[in-house]
Amino acid sequence: MNHWAFVTAAYVVALGGTVALLAWAYATMRRAEAAAEATKRK
Amino acid sequence: MHRFANPARFLKFAKPATVWLFVIGLALAVAGLVGGLAFTPPDYLQGETVRIMYVHVPSAWLGMGGWTGIAIASIAQLVWRHPLAAVAGRALAPAGATFAAICLVTGSIWGRPTWGTWWEWDGRLTSMLILFFLYLGYIALASAERERGGEGRIAALFGLIGAINLPIIHYSVTWWRTLHQPQSFGTAGSAIDPSILWPLPLATLGFSCLFGAAVLMRMRAELAETKVEARIRRAAAE
Repeated sequence: MNHWAFVTAAYVVALGGTVALLAWAYATMRRAEAAAEATKRK
Repeated sequence: MHRFANPARFLKFAKPATVWLFVIGLALAVAGLVGGLAFTPPDYLQGETVRIMYVHVPSAWLGMGGWTGIAIASIAQLVWRHPLAAVAGRALAPAGATFAAICLVTGSIWGRPTWGTWWEWDGRLTSMLILFFLYLGYIALASAERERGGEGRIAALFGLIGAINLPIIHYSVTWWRTLHQPQSFGTAGSAIDPSILWPLPLATLGFSCLFGAAVLMRMRAELAETKVEARIRRAAAE
């Protein structure tokens, strides 16, 4: 049994999940703050 | 805590803190993971698969830590009616759910070569799966309450009741000894050899900072959305 295949799979899941969470949180924050700024100017 | 009851004061702290948590978290997580992958020996029994520990343990810690945060936010909301408590609870839930899911999947991947099975209905795995479902329930409940314009008190009650699962997860390996190993850390020290252990605190601290950055970003998004909704309502009323 190739142990490195399991290690790689676990790291892909962990890093992929973390990056996805951060990217989603950043995108929603940027969008919401841009909308708040736009309504402030109106 | 009451110092941050004012959203403007909170944002003054949150904006630089988001950047710092992200940068420090990234540096520590990379150091921990590179250290764990390249600078530690394989375990004498588990071989190379022991390296899964450097992503599995931080995700388990953050899956449970996220709900601990929700329980604290729930108390702050129900007892002191802290204006940011519901926002914090809603921001913590998706981050906690993500790490609970990562913990379950990486644990399953680790289980296959070490236990010979992807899944076992033992106390630790089952209680962790329940925590993941509790997160989904909390997200649905808190979103529904927010859409209806509620204060989030039902979600806060759910957050407090759900915290009963945390000691069950913690002591599950003592109460029901099945496949999952007993606790590796205790008051007597660690059961893990120092040559393998050292990257774990780095990775755990790094992922914790990244978790904190994600939570702060979600809180900032929620506060900005509330501001937009209030301005639209005000404009419609004028």
